[in-house]
Amino acid sequence: MSEKEEKPKKNSRRVFLQQLGMVGVGTVLGGSAILAGINYDKKKTQGSRIKVLSAENELLEIEKSDTTKVIKTKLGELTYLQKQGRTGLEGKRFVMVIDLSKCKNAQKCMGACQSAHHLRPEQSHIKTLKMQESANTPAYYMPKPCQHCDNPPCVAVCPVDATFKRQDGIVLIDNERCIGCRFCIAACPYSARSLNWSEPLYAQADKDLTYNVELNVPQKKGTITKCLFSADRVREGKLPYCASACPNGVFYFGDENEDAVTNGTTKETVPFRKLLEDNGGYQLMAELGTKPRVYYLPPKGKEYPFQDKDKAEAAEQYQS
Amino acid sequence: MLEQSKSDKITSDLLRHIRLNKAFIIWMAFLGASLLVCLYAYTIQLREGLGVAGIRDYVSWGLYIANFVFFVAVSLIGMLISAVLGLLDTKWSAPLARIAEIVALSFAAVSGLVIILDMGRPDRLLNVIIFGRVQSPILWDITVVTIYILISTLLLYLPLIPDLKICADKLDKKPKFVRNIYKVLSLNWNGSEEQVKIIKKSIRLLSILIIPVALAIHTVTSWLFASTSRAGWNSTLFGPYFVAGAFVAGCAGVIIAMYFFRYNYKMQDYITLKHFDMMGKLLVLVSLVYLYFNVNEFLVPGYKMEKFDAIHLTELFVGGHALLFWSTQLLGLVFPIIILLFKQMRKPLPIMIVSIFVLVGAWFKRYIIVIPTQENPYLPIQLVPDVFKHYTPTLIEILITIGPMILTLILITILSKVIPIIPVHETIENLEEENN
Repeated sequence: MSEKEEKPKKNSRRVFLQQLGMVGVGTVLGGSAILAGINYDKKKTQGSRIKVLSAENELLEIEKSDTTKVIKTKLGELTYLQKQGRTGLEGKRFVMVIDLSKCKNAQKCMGACQSAHHLRPEQSHIKTLKMQESANTPAYYMPKPCQHCDNPPCVAVCPVDATFKRQDGIVLIDNERCIGCRFCIAACPYSARSLNWSEPLYAQADKDLTYNVELNVPQKKGTITKCLFSADRVREGKLPYCASACPNGVFYFGDENEDAVTNGTTKETVPFRKLLEDNGGYQLMAELGTKPRVYYLPPKGKEYPFQDKDKAEAAEQYQS
Repeated sequence: MLEQSKSDKITSDLLRHIRLNKAFIIWMAFLGASLLVCLYAYTIQLREGLGVAGIRDYVSWGLYIANFVFFVAVSLIGMLISAVLGLLDTKWSAPLARIAEIVALSFAAVSGLVIILDMGRPDRLLNVIIFGRVQSPILWDITVVTIYILISTLLLYLPLIPDLKICADKLDKKPKFVRNIYKVLSLNWNGSEEQVKIIKKSIRLLSILIIPVALAIHTVTSWLFASTSRAGWNSTLFGPYFVAGAFVAGCAGVIIAMYFFRYNYKMQDYITLKHFDMMGKLLVLVSLVYLYFNVNEFLVPGYKMEKFDAIHLTELFVGGHALLFWSTQLLGLVFPIIILLFKQMRKPLPIMIVSIFVLVGAWFKRYIIVIPTQENPYLPIQLVPDVFKHYTPTLIEILITIGPMILTLILITILSKVIPIIPVHETIENLEEENN
């Protein structure tokens, strides 16, 4: 032990000088290297470093030369969008809750839906229906989107897998594949589907757009269009177009797995099951066994009167 | 052995209609011109989209689908007459087997086209094969209809082989290439014991095979509706109900064809009063079965009057479709049953007129089955233009619906002009048996 301790002491001056020299040379070399590096980097950041978003939603900066362009052609872009659209969002089970006590028939949901999906005025993926079951039961407004059933009759009957159910619960329609047989329209008990009977309104304007199955734009003649739970918005973590557009707080949208739904108007997030529990939530025509993913809160304690002008139309249902 | 002169007379009688005469050319020119008009209507639909028809988001299946069901229905008669009655060895029906097969095959073949007329994207027809899903009743329908067309073709062709040989031998006034076609198609038939054995066995096998396939085509067609949960379609009875209705339509179709062949092709000795009499009885029988199913189909839900069934039935019994409903039920089913109970009414002319009522009634019955249900969905039809609420067919749509009917008439006419419509070989054979 003592010998070892003595050894460095003996040579300490020589060692020190040696080390000093090395550091000196190193500093000069290193310094020049850093300088060269900075200059080199400067040259690169001027155009060849780019920011990319990873699949995990992280913003990264990488050398442009290290990237390979995934989407080269329109066909490639379509393939990418189709694959993404058919896969859906892992680990999610989307649900919507519609509070009938708040709907005043503002129809803002319909307008937002029509403009987002480039629909004709008579088409809408969501409709605010005037409902009344019998003479003595109350009339109320009922926004009705696709119910995104877990046992969807439309998906069962589709001959070509154009309409399909995703892992996140959303039922989509692929208008690149749809043959326009309209069996899904016949099978849907909620009348949630619509066909492009003629050339879509924005056919000319949209002709260069790549088809996005999550938005169903561009619309195509002779194919089905339907509510998509705004799958494109949901992918970005936003609320559906209809929910965001509602001025009256009718819509809640969220994830059943997280047990949380967010109100489209107030942006308030509440527990999903508790919301149903506290307000007597139900599903539309659950007796058909379709297992809808849209839930309704009954029109109890409406904050407004049902408008007189709509009474006759609502009453048609039980009078016929 | 039958006298040579008698057998020669039968042969020449039964081959006489195989020729191009003026009436045929005029008739075909008329049909061809009409078909062109309908084709033009279809090009408009191809260009503008299905919107040129009256169908919209709620009533999205209209005339085209009703027409499709009608075509599949009529095509079932081939199975009943040539297979079922053939297997039962009912002698009287033997001469009618070929007429029934011609009618059946023509309607079945055209039904495949009718369904294409209804497609929003006919250019994507191949998607059904590329992306076909076995869960969808449409796939089942395509499968069984294709098989039915195949077996029906064979059931028309196999019994025809001996006759084709006769055609090749006896039609000596025809150009050589025509006779050669008959010769090639007759597959070297020489009437040897072995050949007779093979052909009899094959026909028997096909006759058995076609029965489940024919039942399947119309049962599956009915499931296009019954597999949905809609008031008016949601019925477990739909399969047999459709099959029974199909025999009614098919019998009427064959009777009408018999009438025109008898008079236009001078077949009075071969399509006899007895044939009309027996076909009349058969029509009454199948109509009674169909009536029984109708009673079940409407009376049972009508007794309960569940909410949506009640809306649907009210619409049919006393509402907007009442006139059409009662006309089809009475003029197309109940009255014909009563009228045809009288022997005088089973004479060629009266029974032909009754059959026209039955056939037209059968077409409108399909309309009644397809359309009203869609006008009363579970949720109210609101926020759409009025044309969405009530279905009115457009002129273009009507023309496109008539097109397949004309095409079918063309097919039947051509087939009846190139092959003997009464089996020659079999007729001679049967006479020989009787003489012995």
